[in-house]
Amino acid sequence: MDNALRELYQEVILDHSRHPRHYGAMGGASHQAEGYNPLCGDRVTVYLKLDADGRVADIAFEGKGCAISQASASMMADLLKGRSKEDAEKLMESFLHLVKGEPAPDLSDDDREMLEVMGGISEFPMRVKCATLAWHTFRNAVEEGRNTVEEGAR
Amino acid sequence: MTAPVKIAMPFDVEAARAQFPILSRTVYGKPLVYLDSGASAQKPAVVLDAMTDFAQTDYANVHRGVHFLSAAATDRYEAARRTVQKFLNAAREDEIVFTKGGTEAINLVAYSYLMPRIQPGDEIVLSVMEHHSNIVPWHFLRERCGAVLRWVDVADDGSLDVGALDAAIGPKTKLVAITHMSNVLGTVTPLKDIVASAHAKGVPVLADGCQGAVHEVVDVQALDIDFYAITGHKLYGPTGIGALYAKWAHLKAMRPFNGGGEMIREVTKDRISYADPPARFEAGTPPILEAAGLAVALDWLMGFDRVSVAAHEHALLAYARDQVSRFNWLRVIGDAPGKGAILSFEADGMHAHDLATILDREGVAVRAGHHCAQVLMERFAVTSTTRASFALYNTRADVDALVAGLARAREVLHG
Repeated sequence: MDNALRELYQEVILDHSRHPRHYGAMGGASHQAEGYNPLCGDRVTVYLKLDADGRVADIAFEGKGCAISQASASMMADLLKGRSKEDAEKLMESFLHLVKGEPAPDLSDDDREMLEVMGGISEFPMRVKCATLAWHTFRNAVEEGRNTVEEGAR
Repeated sequence: MTAPVKIAMPFDVEAARAQFPILSRTVYGKPLVYLDSGASAQKPAVVLDAMTDFAQTDYANVHRGVHFLSAAATDRYEAARRTVQKFLNAAREDEIVFTKGGTEAINLVAYSYLMPRIQPGDEIVLSVMEHHSNIVPWHFLRERCGAVLRWVDVADDGSLDVGALDAAIGPKTKLVAITHMSNVLGTVTPLKDIVASAHAKGVPVLADGCQGAVHEVVDVQALDIDFYAITGHKLYGPTGIGALYAKWAHLKAMRPFNGGGEMIREVTKDRISYADPPARFEAGTPPILEAAGLAVALDWLMGFDRVSVAAHEHALLAYARDQVSRFNWLRVIGDAPGKGAILSFEADGMHAHDLATILDREGVAVRAGHHCAQVLMERFAVTSTTRASFALYNTRADVDALVAGLARAREVLHG
């Protein structure tokens, strides 16, 4: 099989897509937003509990979508739990660089290892939006601005 | 005009393939297997060459100048209209309005024909398997004029019950808008019966022929249909060109939709009068090269024995249907009797976009998504499907590549 495909559908990603972490609706969320990709009809809802300092005390998501969007949401939730809002924002910026094949400076080794799992998507420009849907939805949940993110509009 | 290429019966798929330069290319180092002709068909060299030749020899704006080239280009453009007339067997050439595609053809009917005739509460009957281009223009009339959309369901196999459609046509129905062939299910609708049942109640019928005209021989007079929309790029022709067939009596009574040059008779500071159809509906400089390209594509297509082309496509579909039936994790959506060469399916635990990405890396181009048919997706309780759509240039080897790619996708995603 070709290497780009093997990297995209590597075991870590398939495992997250089959057994997503932090999956399911959250009672008592302080913030939430729905993301929608009109190209494929995929939806994701991100739920957050932000504490008084704006730290991500808890995070969950639910939705239907492709392996990439589900794995990306699951890995994002793993990565963001316990982070400050500022940290989360920085991670998101790094992630958005990596999925476009751009360098992402200022990452700890652990964070880089986690985020780079998704880096293979940069070889598949038509699929980048699948990977970014959950992250954009997270940002909207934090900002409590628009409640629905339309990934195709970006 | 370029002479149509005659190919003797039975249909010789290899001879047809050889006319499409793009089909010999590779993607990711693998031979291209193009199964997305339902989205847009590839173009034979004869179409591409004719457009280049026209641009290099006879091109100018149409219906304007008195100079030599303007006359030559106008001849080509009006000859193209007669080719479309012949392709659809319209009674008159001026029943053919050139548009930029099927979408604009349907919008033209919505704005110019139906909008002035709609009172709040009037109804438009349409099926759940329509493409968005045959849904959204009617939603505009719902939003703006208070029209009511009456939806006709399809059976679980994707077939349309004419009785159910007939029952949906009531005293307030102003139009039946129906596809000739579903772009997702492949279902071919019994247009003649539909028109008969609508006309018995005095209701006109519009058919979206964007898929149907590619695979079926269309005779608008035999169908007695009121409006029939086609698009060029699915008919092996260029993008940016399509046509609306409309009965002359309708066209004559329709007000213009776009205003501009060429659609008027006279303009003064306080008054205008309009040109006769079809010019009335062709404001601005039309897609001149594209019209000529479409005509060559249609002549080329009519040069085949279309019954044997259809037999070839149906045989491919039957072969593909049989081959995928071995996958117990795959569910075909749309199995209506007599359906056209489109195979849509969903796969357990495999999202259409993952499937399409993996197939793509095998060189197999399919469409994944909702296919601009979200009402139909809702009907079949799916968010998306994977769709292989066949054209006359596809082969059994293409089906084999699809089937091998599906097995590969299963392996990648399920180990």
